[in-house]
Amino acid sequence: MRIIVPIKQVPNTNDVKIDPKTGTLIREGVDSIVNPEDLNAIETALELKDRLGGEVIALSMGPPQAADALKEVVAMGADEAYLLTDRALAGADTLATAYSLSRAIMKIGDFDLIICGRQAIDGDTAQVGPQLAEFLKVPQVTYVCKVEVEEDSVLAERHLEDGFETVKAKMPALLTVMREANRPRYPSMSGIRRACREKQVHKWLAADFDAEPWRIGFDGSPTWVKTTFTPPPKAPGKTVQGTPRDVARDLVKTFTEKNLL
Amino acid sequence: MGVVIIADKCTGCKLCLASCPYAAIDMVADVATLNNKCTDCSACLDSCKVGAIIFEGTRREREGVDLSQFRDVWVVAEQREANLMRVSRELLGKGRDLASTRGYRLCSVLMGTGVRHLADELFEHGADVVYLAEAEELSRYRTGPYSRVLSELIIEHRPEIVIFGATTIGRDLAPRVANRIQTGLTADCTKLEIDKESGALLQTRPAFGGNIMATILCPRSRPQMATVRPGVMTVPEREAGRRGELIEKEVKLRRADLSTEIVKIVKGERRHVNLEEARVIIAGGRGLGGPQKFALIEELAALLGGEVGASRAAVDSGWIDSSHQVGQTGKTVRPKLYIACGISGAIQHLAGMQSAELIVSINKDPDAPIHRIADFAVAGDLNKIVPALIEELKSKGAGATA
Repeated sequence: MRIIVPIKQVPNTNDVKIDPKTGTLIREGVDSIVNPEDLNAIETALELKDRLGGEVIALSMGPPQAADALKEVVAMGADEAYLLTDRALAGADTLATAYSLSRAIMKIGDFDLIICGRQAIDGDTAQVGPQLAEFLKVPQVTYVCKVEVEEDSVLAERHLEDGFETVKAKMPALLTVMREANRPRYPSMSGIRRACREKQVHKWLAADFDAEPWRIGFDGSPTWVKTTFTPPPKAPGKTVQGTPRDVARDLVKTFTEKNLL
Repeated sequence: MGVVIIADKCTGCKLCLASCPYAAIDMVADVATLNNKCTDCSACLDSCKVGAIIFEGTRREREGVDLSQFRDVWVVAEQREANLMRVSRELLGKGRDLASTRGYRLCSVLMGTGVRHLADELFEHGADVVYLAEAEELSRYRTGPYSRVLSELIIEHRPEIVIFGATTIGRDLAPRVANRIQTGLTADCTKLEIDKESGALLQTRPAFGGNIMATILCPRSRPQMATVRPGVMTVPEREAGRRGELIEKEVKLRRADLSTEIVKIVKGERRHVNLEEARVIIAGGRGLGGPQKFALIEELAALLGGEVGASRAAVDSGWIDSSHQVGQTGKTVRPKLYIACGISGAIQHLAGMQSAELIVSINKDPDAPIHRIADFAVAGDLNKIVPALIEELKSKGAGATA
């Protein structure tokens, strides 16, 4: 099986704080991590490789330090890593990003599966996976928690709001997986050694993977960010005092008034 | 130069016409020819099977792209098993606002099998036009058939704005379609309005794990597409008997559209708690002290007809399954009532629940950050407060129908 897993290095938005004076994000000192659901994607790929053999290729688009994220997943067990890094790629929205990834994948060659994390914790769009599938003209299954391979098809269990369905898709296909899919493995010592010593991250400029300049980066992005702002703080609330009984009565009275019962 | 059609290579098959979102390709003497509506979006490049369409040089310089041929606001209705999802009604409410501001019609797209009767419900919630596509292959949502039908409708009718619910269906369908027609898409919007000066759609949504809000524009491409968070927009008044124009769309699918098959369906068995749709959430945190106390939380939740949530601390301690986790790495929820029990209020938890309408915090530490964002802050011991709440609710007859 040849599986390609696009990953993204993101700031750990768990740790981001808001500066109380200016109301803006404090990004300094915030760790860069592999996007959590991309780790689930790598784990899904590695589990398939463990079962069926083959290779797992990791791919990322980002600034040079994103190579660290790729090394991390190589240490988990990925066989190859490609970093698309070029100033011209910067400022890309999801369409331009998916375009760039698709051109690189076409250069990397044939694949059976592309496995993406459902969404990144900075952009929170969950769009790149499906847009990449459309560029590559392969079927997509999103919100996947379980994957089986049956001959030339993949059976993906897709989780919906009210239950789940199993979708059978002919490979090559693209899946986006969720946190609930698995527990990503830790890198092994030999994996870390391999990542640091043997395996090089292949670095590609836009020209290296035949990306047309008008479709990448800022030029290739139909959506632009007009402004960002921190959500206004809530108006201060009331402190409810008294014995537990008093408090309970007050609250239930409020719930009744607000039609919550 | 931009997009170029090489006349000598053109076989006159017209596949490119069907892929152009701007109606920029005409057949002139059986040869595909670009007219002045072309925006170099490149949606046609892949459609040509004989390599007659290429891109040369740089994008054309334009004074401004003529986007005036795009009109109307579209709501892509979501139905499951021939039931109209609530989010579709919410979108019609917001859609009507947008359409009125722009002076356009409000239209809705309805796809499925045996769903014709839902058109009336769409009209009664404000749709002026319903595009109805019915076919056996559309009976249950699949990316291939739905994206084919919707893309064709958009290319044919050129709406200015298309909105979807940000559900497992909407967030699967919208990006696929946006890519096919090479336009911009914004995910999970919590606010939509029309910019007074430019008439453009201002799409506001949370980012960075909910730590910031971003307002997005799609200035050069049409339609402007967005998925909208369910539970945010208001359902409009239903006008019984109101009708509009029903336009039937012929469904013609290609083999590539049918490359997936649904082999198994399991309903109702909620492997994962549906916190995102919950009206009431009672959440437990580190202050519970252990997994047993979740029984109290469950009892309170049952009495209020709500769901059980949890902080990351409780989940990481193994007290409850991660599907109950609220917060930046868990779920973002927007219930009418959120009661936080024994939760300190770390910023990544707040990111997941601060938009709840009514927040009650119960934490015996009076300085816990959660109290600062609560509407009602209780600096008390949850082991005493929660049972008291349960008793009070029972005495008021709550839970009789839970």
